[in-house]
Amino acid sequence: MTSAQLRGRDRTARISLYAVLVVGLLFVVGPFVWMALAAVKPEREIRAVPPTWLPETWTLDNFRELFTRLDFPTYFVNSTLVAVLVTVGNLMFCSLLGYALAKLNFPGRKALLLIVLGMLMVPGMVLFVPQFVLVSNLGLANSYAGLVLPYLAGPFGVFLMRQFLLSIPDDLIEAARVDGAGEWRIFWRVVLPLCRPALATLGILTFLSSWNNFLWPLVVATTEDKYTLPVALALYSIGENRTDYGLLLAGAVVVVLPVLVVFLVLQRHFMRGIATTGLK
Amino acid sequence: MSGPTTTVVDAKPAAPPRKVGDRPAKRASKWRRAVTGWAFATPFTALFLVFMALPVVASLAMSVTDLRSTDLRNPLAVNFVGLDNYTRLFGDELFVRSAANTLVFVVVGVPLTMVLALAAASALNSGLIRFRALFRVGFYLPVVTSIVAIAVVWRFLLDPEAGLVNNLLRLVGVDGPAWLGNTDTALPSLIVMAAWRNFGFLMVIFLAGLQGIPQHLYEAATLDGAGRWQQFRNVTVPLLRPTLLFGAVVTGIGFLQVFEEPFVMTQGGPLSSTLSVSYHIYNQFGFGNYGYAAAASYVLFVAIVALSVLQFRLLGERD
Repeated sequence: MTSAQLRGRDRTARISLYAVLVVGLLFVVGPFVWMALAAVKPEREIRAVPPTWLPETWTLDNFRELFTRLDFPTYFVNSTLVAVLVTVGNLMFCSLLGYALAKLNFPGRKALLLIVLGMLMVPGMVLFVPQFVLVSNLGLANSYAGLVLPYLAGPFGVFLMRQFLLSIPDDLIEAARVDGAGEWRIFWRVVLPLCRPALATLGILTFLSSWNNFLWPLVVATTEDKYTLPVALALYSIGENRTDYGLLLAGAVVVVLPVLVVFLVLQRHFMRGIATTGLK
Repeated sequence: MSGPTTTVVDAKPAAPPRKVGDRPAKRASKWRRAVTGWAFATPFTALFLVFMALPVVASLAMSVTDLRSTDLRNPLAVNFVGLDNYTRLFGDELFVRSAANTLVFVVVGVPLTMVLALAAASALNSGLIRFRALFRVGFYLPVVTSIVAIAVVWRFLLDPEAGLVNNLLRLVGVDGPAWLGNTDTALPSLIVMAAWRNFGFLMVIFLAGLQGIPQHLYEAATLDGAGRWQQFRNVTVPLLRPTLLFGAVVTGIGFLQVFEEPFVMTQGGPLSSTLSVSYHIYNQFGFGNYGYAAAASYVLFVAIVALSVLQFRLLGERD
């Protein structure tokens, strides 16, 4: 095969690869673009046959209705509050235990590691009935504490932090010890600053999964003032309002937009985290 | 002190590191080590024991009782029923139906997701392509998006009248069905949507796997006259096998628990054609049948464990 032929083959391959990828991207990203465009159309135009692509009339009415017919500010605050608390809790508790499991030698360590990692296999569906019984017996049903507590200390974070900490040389910690630093000081001043990449990954993953969490808030939040965004949107959209597309699509935009921003800004961390841990 | 890291580095040559178990301090340090270790471990462990470990055990205990929501204030009313809940499950027409639907979801959904993910990963791994980050981020978008928002968009796309899909079909003169309102098309629609939503996640994992395959193997294959397809079949697939298997199991476990898609798209209908096991558990929980719901969730758990064990078997064979 001459090099010219080879280059010709490469060009055909390249063009067909691009064609496949672009069509794929249209199928995946298209619905999001469609959603955003429809959200700024009036209801009549949303339902037009044949459909319009760009809005003929631009309107923010659908978004305005989120505030008047639904109480979106409350849901937004709830979602944010829960996600922030869950994220901070996981960063704190998981790095503490991750450090202990990776770098400290204490009785019970191996058993603890096995139990925590074993819990990675337990599906949410097994947990939620007894968790609900527990939370309601503690008097925490329909409260922020009830929404947050079961998610503050997740096994995945421990796994991620421990894996990362194993790669930090013991010598660093040992040297600080010889220098006379106490354990807490070592953790806070030496270990945590080195953990920044792992903490970033864990923080993003936890925030997003909490923001998108559905089953637990659906079960725990029973009055509207405790709904999170996904719960409010889902309950509204499976009621008799299921074809109220303008409002629903605007709501979907509000649910997706913060995630989109976080994801796009931090996608490098994100992809690295996924590829190295193999978990959502 | 300017910063902890510099101090540590400076200190290193001056004082040689001491081994953890050095003799003189051994007694005192053993006790101290335990205290220190548990001081770090306790905050997580306390929360974890109460809100995760306890519920797992409680779930198993509940599954052999007739606990109902009305019994929560009156524990004496609860009876031990042995394996009744488990035997009842297999006579429960709706449970059997949900199990069959879930199985279809897994058996059709996993290969579909894998094929999409592998195709995307292979295309992106090719040296011929630029703007890789753009495609990767785009394909990953649905994975990080709330299922509820996705459901809203897809219900709109699949709407029999106003939906884009049927509007496009009308352009070519085809009358599309009411995708989600029809017992023949509802489950397939959900499966396609789930594959669309999840393949980006597998794609990232497969991409990492593909990048681990040494380039010289492809060069050798090219010298031997192997075409692209042959290279894919004889180099890529065998070397990627552990990653593919991992992907299949993770996706399988996810699809076994499918709940959100039918909940927000079809509420399990029409005529239970999209009722999943998880949805059945949720419904039984809603009816207040906690013991029965716990038993069903343990059956699901066993299925998930079985799938994981199968993975270890298959992987073990190879290594």
